[in-house]
Amino acid sequence: MADEDTRHESPSQTAGPYVHIGCLPNWSGIAGVYAEDPGSRLINADTRGERVSVTGRIFDGDGAPVLDAVIEIWQADAAGLYPSPVETRGTADPNFGGWARIATAFDSGEFRLDTIRPGRVPYPDGRLQAPHINCWIVARGINVGLQTRVYFADEADANVEDPVLAAIEPRARADTLLARPDGEGSFRFDIHLQGEHETVFFDI
Amino acid sequence: MSSDQPSGYLPRDRAWHPPALAPDYKSSRLRSPRKPLLILPTTLSEESGPVFGHDVIGPRDDDLIHNHAADGYSALGPRILVHGQLRDQSGRAVPNALIEVWQANAAGRYRHPNETYIAPLDPNFGGCGRCLTDADGYYRFLSIQPAPYPWPNGPNSWRPAHIHFSLFGEAFAQRLITQMYFEGDPLIPLCPIVNAIPREDAIDTLIARLDMDAALPMDMLAWRFDLTLRGRAQTYFENRPEGL
Repeated sequence: MADEDTRHESPSQTAGPYVHIGCLPNWSGIAGVYAEDPGSRLINADTRGERVSVTGRIFDGDGAPVLDAVIEIWQADAAGLYPSPVETRGTADPNFGGWARIATAFDSGEFRLDTIRPGRVPYPDGRLQAPHINCWIVARGINVGLQTRVYFADEADANVEDPVLAAIEPRARADTLLARPDGEGSFRFDIHLQGEHETVFFDI
Repeated sequence: MSSDQPSGYLPRDRAWHPPALAPDYKSSRLRSPRKPLLILPTTLSEESGPVFGHDVIGPRDDDLIHNHAADGYSALGPRILVHGQLRDQSGRAVPNALIEVWQANAAGRYRHPNETYIAPLDPNFGGCGRCLTDADGYYRFLSIQPAPYPWPNGPNSWRPAHIHFSLFGEAFAQRLITQMYFEGDPLIPLCPIVNAIPREDAIDTLIARLDMDAALPMDMLAWRFDLTLRGRAQTYFENRPEGL
């Protein structure tokens, strides 16, 4: 690859404290511009798969919850297929959007994702990845959107085989990516931006 | 590997982007991961991404002058047209890409529950808009010139006038949020968010140029702002075809 043929990506800047105006206007009180907020059609009554919810908070280096973050998720359907033109292994569930956008609550910092448990997706070498939800986190104070993944603690066999989890050193840090069962169909996933339990973030 | 096989996305140049911790931008101090990012090649999970059709875009979504205004009214402030081309790192136009924008009003005030600045809201300005790039990667939207505003960072910190941009490409790996600044704004070099970007030539790519050729006479000025998303790693050809 010749360097002179490769341009620079536009540099990232923080989404800032008012990211909701552009990303979730109805949620932030701006009614009547968009019929609905983008990323609100992840699942519907006909979506195939096991319903799961993931709730959690994002904590800063002082252990305070982040009250102004936006999280985007992108995940495969229950069969492990992405609703995307680059998916060549089959056609994803037409009742599954794959993409969602949620905010942490202004008062508690709690976020909640209602989705289905994703199927397994192959790694480039053909090995299967464990079920996972890709996350992208933006907020005031975050200069480049943070990439991480949610895995499911009750998928122990699949998690052991997962090439991405296997790349985490020390291995104990992989536990920061595990959503923990927290009642019927619900999981808990807290994100730590700094500190002893800092979540694994990817450059991927 | 055949030439139509996706071969992953180029890694982000982390020396070109701002670092996670930029101490002069105070909010980054407690919100910056301190452990190194785990560098991995993209997988199908990152090489795929959501697709947005014209059905999700309303007729006035790209007109911030009117999309929150009462019938017969328009937002206060200098009318502007912002346009440009979205390409990837190999120079390829990115068509059908969703671009979302948000900004303060002409007094420097955001319409947001957490906003505390004393400047007034404009009842006819919401501050959000969106559009899709065309087949050649071009986009345009209409708005009003946002004003600079003070913010609680240092004792006397002011943001240069700016418009926030959220960009989707074809892959979740390309997801990007950035800010557009206006050529000639003396606050640009004073801003710790801008200066979190280590290189002057990188900052320069976020400064829109006055574009008199695209201005609408007796109506609005135009600003040109081109954007670049992460590109695919190029497939290596052992036998390079003639002409490539």
